Amino acid sequence: MIDMKKKILKVSVKRHKKGKEVVVKQKDNFVNFDIGGDEYRTTLSPKYIHRKPYFKSDPRQVLSFIPGTIQKIFVQVGDHVNIGDKLLILEAMKMKNILMATAEGTVKAIHAEVGVMVSNKQLLVEIE
Amino acid sequence: MSLKQKTLDLKKRMQEVIQGGGTKAIEKQAAMGKMTARDRIIAILDPNSFHEYDLFVEHSAKDFDMDKKTLPGDGVVTGTGTLNGHPVCIYAQDFTVAGGSLGYMHAMKIAKIMDHAMKLKVPIIGINDSGGARIQEGVNSLAGYGEIFYRNTQASGVIPQISVILGPCAGGAVYSPALTDFVFVVDHISKMFITGPEVIKTVLGEEISMEELGGARVHAETTGNAHFFSASELDCFDQIKKLASFIPWNNEKKAESFPKKSPKTKLYNLDDEFPTDPKTPYDVRNIIRAICDDSDFFEVMELFAPNVVIGFARMDGKTVGFVANQPLVLAGVLDVDSSDKAARFVRYCDAFNIPLVTLVDLPGYLPGVDQEHAGVIRHGAKILYSFSEASVPKITVILRKAYGGGYIAMCSRHLRADFVFAWPTAEIAVMGPEGAANIIFRSEIMEAENPDEMRKQKVKEYKKKFANPYVAAAYGYVDAVIDPSDTRKFVVHALEISTNKSETRPNKKHGIPPF
Repeated sequence: MIDMKKKILKVSVKRHKKGKEVVVKQKDNFVNFDIGGDEYRTTLSPKYIHRKPYFKSDPRQVLSFIPGTIQKIFVQVGDHVNIGDKLLILEAMKMKNILMATAEGTVKAIHAEVGVMVSNKQLLVEIE
Repeated sequence: MSLKQKTLDLKKRMQEVIQGGGTKAIEKQAAMGKMTARDRIIAILDPNSFHEYDLFVEHSAKDFDMDKKTLPGDGVVTGTGTLNGHPVCIYAQDFTVAGGSLGYMHAMKIAKIMDHAMKLKVPIIGINDSGGARIQEGVNSLAGYGEIFYRNTQASGVIPQISVILGPCAGGAVYSPALTDFVFVVDHISKMFITGPEVIKTVLGEEISMEELGGARVHAETTGNAHFFSASELDCFDQIKKLASFIPWNNEKKAESFPKKSPKTKLYNLDDEFPTDPKTPYDVRNIIRAICDDSDFFEVMELFAPNVVIGFARMDGKTVGFVANQPLVLAGVLDVDSSDKAARFVRYCDAFNIPLVTLVDLPGYLPGVDQEHAGVIRHGAKILYSFSEASVPKITVILRKAYGGGYIAMCSRHLRADFVFAWPTAEIAVMGPEGAANIIFRSEIMEAENPDEMRKQKVKEYKKKFANPYVAAAYGYVDAVIDPSDTRKFVVHALEISTNKSETRPNKKHGIPPF
């Protein structure tokens, strides 16, 4: 959406006014910004620059949704699981959260150990 | 005891309370670059106008040996005074007394001064500097907060409510400022959050400093909780005084009129400021300055969602609220934050009889997964709702681009703008010329021997036919296509003849805006 190659630092916007050239100096970083097929010269807000890119979640990868401690693991590598089967217990904020299979298949890998702290969005179980 | 002795005794008692948390605590406060509660009130109000009440209120806690403790004024200073010569009610939490913690009597002092403000129909200014709920008082402390929130809500849209965050404001306490009209923050002094860094670390394992989590800059730039940001407490007080000069004292009054002044056209000249090419950026604030009294534009929420600009100015001495797209940032698009920002401002102006002047130059809404998933549909709807709902005089000036949904949203004729003016540079169309030509002439472009050449030609054709204000003017959607140098004249006249505007609305308890 943004052509970063065209990003120019300290751009001067030149315009003609009654024959003479008016130079407007801008300190900000300008980019060409595409809205509905037309490109506009503009700057980006910090919040826009730091927005989170979208990534598609894969149901075969079970991630932690909160930081916490693995309290119990119900499955082993090679087990067949159905959607909704219990995989493990993630204890966080004094709650025992049960993580369930989000896809049907065979447990390919388990990246968790009982008693170990995991962070948020950490890959815990892979199903294939 | 003689009268003199009794008076001396009174003075002695007063002196004790006014000491607040004592010399040490006051020194600690000063070391943090913070003024004391009373000094702050005195600095905001007109000289010698502050009158304090409830000085001798004592806390009502009994548990945890609290009955053996005295907390002067129960950690809050309340009273009345004048600001710019007009009456106001004010309170300031005193951090030197038990960390400004909120107990039941502390809350009741605040509630009492808020009740006064409502009865007297004058603004309420609240200075927040508190560690939060007084844990020893348990549920009574929560009751205290609830009493304040209820009053904030009742007073909303009736009297101006101003919150000044001059210290910590954490946990439930943040919801009083959040319910008020304007929140002022000061760099490195204001801290606002629901759960602090310590809790976040224990529960989530995420490490963050107080400043990064809920410092003044965060709330001014990122969350949109704060409306005014300043470098020092004194700068903040100047901002409050300036804001007070623009707003009416209650919802039945109009803002005070000032002698009219011409814009500083030598500094802000439309010819110099304005690029006619719709793809070239410029600072729309300078267009506002080129048409408002004395080129004095008082911007609200300057750092948050800078792709839309909102703020107060005067036209012929009378306050107006400006809403303008800012081509300098994100091409001036509407998105979740800018819709939220503009919509709330429009409702503020409507509640307090401040006419709205909307300057339009936007390519539409911001595309993106993050926007769609953040709810740009319901947030974007707020701006349509608030402009449609507003019954104050609404004047719209279309400067350049007004494409698609953005055109409708920015107080178009269809949302009942009273007057719609357009500059000859205006392009009122369903979308930008290139995007439109690519869709309408798709097959011609694809089948042409030289598609690029054909595309250019079709864009040119489209531009000539539709990228102007005359199509909309032909339908009467634009009332007048005007010489840009006549903008002030047209807007001032439109405001003048709209003074007695009255519109009836369907009878209802209240609408259901897409919060």
